[in-house]
Amino acid sequence: MSSRVEPLHSPQQDWRPGILEPVEETTDSEAPPPAIETVRSAAMRPILVRPKWFWPAVGALSAVVALGFSAWIVQLRTGLGSAGYNNQAFWAIYEANLVTFIGVSYGGAVVSAILRITKTTWRAPLTRIAEATALVTLPIGMLFIVPHLGSSWKLWELIWPPYWNLSSPILWDFFAVSTYLLATCVFFYLPLIADLSIGADRLARLQTSPGRKLLYRAYRVLAGNYNGSLSQRRLLAGAIGLVAIMVIPMAVSVHSVLSFAFASSSRPGYLETIFPVYFVVAALYSGVALVVVVVAGARRLFHLEAFIERRHLVRLGFIMVALGAAYLYLTFTEYLIDSYSNTTGNAAWVYQTLLGRYWMPFWFYFVAGGLVPILIFMFRRTRNATGVVTAAGLVLAAMWVKRLVIVIPPATEPLVRSPFGPTGALGLGWGTYHFTWVSISITVAMAAAIPLLLLIVFRLVPILPVAEMEELAAAAERAETTTTTKAAGPVVRLHAGGGAPVSALDHGETQGDDDDE
Amino acid sequence: MSADEQEQDETHRAPVPSAHQQPVTVTTGKQRQLSRRRFLGAAASGVGLAAVGSVGGALISRSAPSAAAPSHRDTGSAQTGATAAHQWAMVIDLRYCNGCKACTTACERYHYLHQDQTWIHVFTMQSESGEQYYMPRPCMMCEDPACVPVCPVSANFRTAEGLVLVTQQRCVGTRICMNACPYQARYFNWSAPVPAPRQPFPQEPAWPVPQVEGTVGKCVFCAAMLPSGRIPECASYCPMGVIYMGDLESDIAVNGIGNVVTLSKFLTENTAIRFKTTFGTHPRVWYITGHGQTLDTDKEVA
Repeated sequence: MSSRVEPLHSPQQDWRPGILEPVEETTDSEAPPPAIETVRSAAMRPILVRPKWFWPAVGALSAVVALGFSAWIVQLRTGLGSAGYNNQAFWAIYEANLVTFIGVSYGGAVVSAILRITKTTWRAPLTRIAEATALVTLPIGMLFIVPHLGSSWKLWELIWPPYWNLSSPILWDFFAVSTYLLATCVFFYLPLIADLSIGADRLARLQTSPGRKLLYRAYRVLAGNYNGSLSQRRLLAGAIGLVAIMVIPMAVSVHSVLSFAFASSSRPGYLETIFPVYFVVAALYSGVALVVVVVAGARRLFHLEAFIERRHLVRLGFIMVALGAAYLYLTFTEYLIDSYSNTTGNAAWVYQTLLGRYWMPFWFYFVAGGLVPILIFMFRRTRNATGVVTAAGLVLAAMWVKRLVIVIPPATEPLVRSPFGPTGALGLGWGTYHFTWVSISITVAMAAAIPLLLLIVFRLVPILPVAEMEELAAAAERAETTTTTKAAGPVVRLHAGGGAPVSALDHGETQGDDDDE
Repeated sequence: MSADEQEQDETHRAPVPSAHQQPVTVTTGKQRQLSRRRFLGAAASGVGLAAVGSVGGALISRSAPSAAAPSHRDTGSAQTGATAAHQWAMVIDLRYCNGCKACTTACERYHYLHQDQTWIHVFTMQSESGEQYYMPRPCMMCEDPACVPVCPVSANFRTAEGLVLVTQQRCVGTRICMNACPYQARYFNWSAPVPAPRQPFPQEPAWPVPQVEGTVGKCVFCAAMLPSGRIPECASYCPMGVIYMGDLESDIAVNGIGNVVTLSKFLTENTAIRFKTTFGTHPRVWYITGHGQTLDTDKEVA
């Protein structure tokens, strides 16, 4: 960071005068946020004011998770066959879920790390939400290893070095994902330190309940001795910059290595040199889609409209659609080139995927995850927040289906077959994966765990990166006072309602979407 | 016992059926050009040892023993260079197979397997002239197996006698070996195994009875029978004498109806071929064709 930064807060500094603080009761939820609200208040509001829907939502989502847990118990007792697997469909839904759920954690890396490195300032209000999404989805994705393994109780063997076989791609997966999880935790924590310090100051006066006291203590411990001094902020900014750079190659490595587990075989449809790139782009694509959905949800549920604008969603949408186009291109490349290789295995696999028994999921991806998002962004009428969220929802569904299309057809393809005669008539026929209530329940439960954990995280840590937003706003203010041109207006709103904040987002291509809800 | 004594003990020990020994991860001692998996193995050990700072040393130590290994026709001797007493192989004479599946039944009975665990599977195939023929497919006991290097917990291994086995007590069930095997010769225990009234103790990869739920199982060439001179169940129970169990070291093969042949002569005279040789796995199972069929392979005269 530049040397121009000044301390913006210290434990001694009180809240800015003249700014209303939110009501402190824990019951009020439907009341709109105060007319004038600082980013400090808004970031802490979800923690201090419990929304009315919170416990019902947590209860409902927990019930779904409990259902999945019981399904897992059933699977443990009856074997992996109860999840629909058989010898001719040895990999299917859990492997697709593993890839999907680890994939959606990439949104955090994009929004936070890539946009941070490229000094894109508008992403500031979204970073905490994006990083929390990554932090929550990555362990859930990793957790799919457990139902995936035939003997999950032997999971410890993967961390037992004497058993390691270093030539196994699955072991590389394990190393890469674990490292990435560690990096994601650090990347979530570092920018949080300043906010925890600010939040602790606020909580110091609000220790009305044991929970609050505990939260205050946790904030104090986690914030360490941070007091917002210049040297501390410089050090922290340097560390964040370094981790941001480190997170990107780690993210790339995780999905590359995940793809190796498939690609390192002679099986038609898995043996693809395009797989690492293909997987990484797919992960970025679905990851940004999830960030769009989570940001839209958090914005609405926690009343953050003043800080996260509809334009933010549209901006994210542009990134999503660009990645979607890249993924469509890679898909096209893969199937086009494979369709030229007319070996028995390849020809059958391409035919069955595009036109045969797997045509429906494949073309569902093509339409819902490939064409529709691009079409939505082609027209000004639909290029707005509603359109983006719709597109993102479609992308999430379509990319899960696409992962099934990647995993299942090659796994069910017969490898021992008669070189002559009608395809599949003799030798071994195509295998079939059967969806069962067990595998579906576990999948749905893992999906429900994402909003569940996000709700809990957002009620524990400031939902907006307060320190960063204030710093960016101050920098923009300074730029405005020192220069005569209005080119560099404040990019981040610090106040809701009071005055008319100028936003860099006001310019440019997204005029159709700034109408209020 | 000191390290030296232990080493001496190792060297003086008579060759024993190494199925009982600790798993060896990659054991390919055959003289041949650098294959993909060998390269991967070398690269992986390179990566592993790079952590302690000796990439070059790892590559040298990986390639040196195979260079020093005796140049035998088809020895799959361990990378230490020691030659085992036997090199097990199988010959399947497709000319006489009538598709009765007695081999599959005998195997499933002996190993207490479920119906779908056809460790030796009899495929109904069609020859170029449209004629049906039958093709039993056991584990190919590849010299360069695709399944061994992909296992994350080293549960797959290849013995000095050329048998590819699974330590089911260690297998975690990732099923990546099922993905790797080009012959679909690996079967998973999707549910509780068939209970076995008589169980070997301790359980060992050479005699995987009963099967372990949530792990991968496969044809083991009835490895526990071989040291005592018995041939596998599938060979014993084949009424047509299709399946020959052979030993490349002593160059003898025997089938279930008492035919004894000189293995190398038998293979050469009948123009035996191996299945899917394009995959570079170097199977230890030879097929004798008689219907003008090909086995999805380049013809390879043994």
